[in-house]
Amino acid sequence: MSYISYITLFKIRFINGLQYRIAAWAGIATQFAWGFMNILLFHAFYSENPANFPMQFQQFASYTWLNQALLALFGIYMWDMSIFDDIISGNIAYELVRPVDLYNMWLVKNMATRLSKVILRCLPILIVSVLLPKPFGLIPPQDIITFILFIISVICAFVLVNLYCLYYYIISFYTINGSGIRMVGMAMSDLLSGFIIPLPFFPENILKIVNLLPFASMQSMPFFIYSGYINKQEALFKIGVQIFWIIVFYITGKFFIKKALKKVIVQGG
Amino acid sequence: MKLYFKFFSMHLKSLMQYKASFIFLVTGRFFITAGEIIIIFFLFDKYNSVQGFTVEDVLICAANVIIAFALAECFARGFDTFPSIVRNSEFDRIMVRPRNEIFLVLSGKIEFTRIAGLISGITILIYAVCVGNVVWTTGRIFTYVMMIISGVIVFSSLFLIYAGICFFTLEGLEFMNVFTDGGRNFGQYPFAIYGESVLKFFTFVIPHALFQYYPLMYVLGKSTNKFYMFTPFIAMLFIIPAYMFWKFGVRKYKSNGS
Repeated sequence: MSYISYITLFKIRFINGLQYRIAAWAGIATQFAWGFMNILLFHAFYSENPANFPMQFQQFASYTWLNQALLALFGIYMWDMSIFDDIISGNIAYELVRPVDLYNMWLVKNMATRLSKVILRCLPILIVSVLLPKPFGLIPPQDIITFILFIISVICAFVLVNLYCLYYYIISFYTINGSGIRMVGMAMSDLLSGFIIPLPFFPENILKIVNLLPFASMQSMPFFIYSGYINKQEALFKIGVQIFWIIVFYITGKFFIKKALKKVIVQGG
Repeated sequence: MKLYFKFFSMHLKSLMQYKASFIFLVTGRFFITAGEIIIIFFLFDKYNSVQGFTVEDVLICAANVIIAFALAECFARGFDTFPSIVRNSEFDRIMVRPRNEIFLVLSGKIEFTRIAGLISGITILIYAVCVGNVVWTTGRIFTYVMMIISGVIVFSSLFLIYAGICFFTLEGLEFMNVFTDGGRNFGQYPFAIYGESVLKFFTFVIPHALFQYYPLMYVLGKSTNKFYMFTPFIAMLFIIPAYMFWKFGVRKYKSNGS
């Protein structure tokens, strides 16, 4: 299987996603309001007693804005609903007869959709948040090395999130209505990946366990690196952990989809 | 009203055909709300109070918003999925029927899975009432019930406006989420902690604070101003502009054929 078909597929999805510009503007405004309210909320806690705040406030603000700007990259809820529909309706049979590996194709499709969304949305949010007055805005990274580490970590987290979503497509081979399981999975990962609140706000004992889970290697890792919450040496180690989880997810995902596809019976019609 | 109950039992019966799926969905929703409530506890693990509000105060506030939103979503869900009704011209079918359009949209869809939000809201309310030291006088109970009813009306009005916008855009306007989902999400904390200007916005533009922050001050005994008891009634008036906007949209509605 040549890579050209993956690249073409990626292009189709990517250009398709770029069409929805007005939706993107509405989304940007929403995310901006969301980020702003979140920062005001935590600022209320911060002003209560800065010493109890587990991060510097600027780090928190940067974390929030990056989270909003890159929402389309890491938001678990942005799964490709058409894949679920395909599996339920049986249209997946068309995909299966193609000489393309289903798992890899899903991965490419998902990544392309997310990338096109984030490209439309991230820049305005980043620009405005940089211009905001001090502790509330996005601060530039300490130095160029931090920035490079951040980019590497973003890519790792991005791949990991996509691999995680693929699990849910595989699960829907077994259940007709997977939306309940999806919701549980989403609630779990949103909380444990630091999507709703950054992980340092967790009580310490719970945080020790959460740090061992793959969710901690998702979006919070690049944001910690960017804001300087963790230093460069630690960042390198954490990127290693991210790569470890990518390999684990990829191998197990491949294994499970093979198992699932052995059993698939497509009803005629 | 009789017809609505007929629709209600119809939806309930059709739902009961897929019990397992229903239970899964309710469990899923339950996890989502549980996650939000856990966060309140996490934050108050580091802080005893924020601007004078203790964890119990915030839980009482959150319960109000979560219950109101769950009820509004359960009954007014038809407006939330309105873009698809407009786009596939289902609204034409609604308009030719000899009943009020709002009634038909409301009865077209009832989302029972929102019972999860209702249950979790009531659970944290009971917890907060037992642990907290608010004395629940009749006046306070009355105010709290009014806060919930008023909340349901305000959220439903917002859904109505959201649906009204679809007449012009054919597409749901994502920004409305800031007032609906955002109102639910950020409304779990009294709006005053977001600062003066946010409070003013949610008082005079979108009346969330009228059923949330002000009456809450009375319920928690932080204010003796009797006027705060009645702000939920003012918030209920929000339905009037929402209804007028909807009517305006209906008049402008052009079917897109198909």
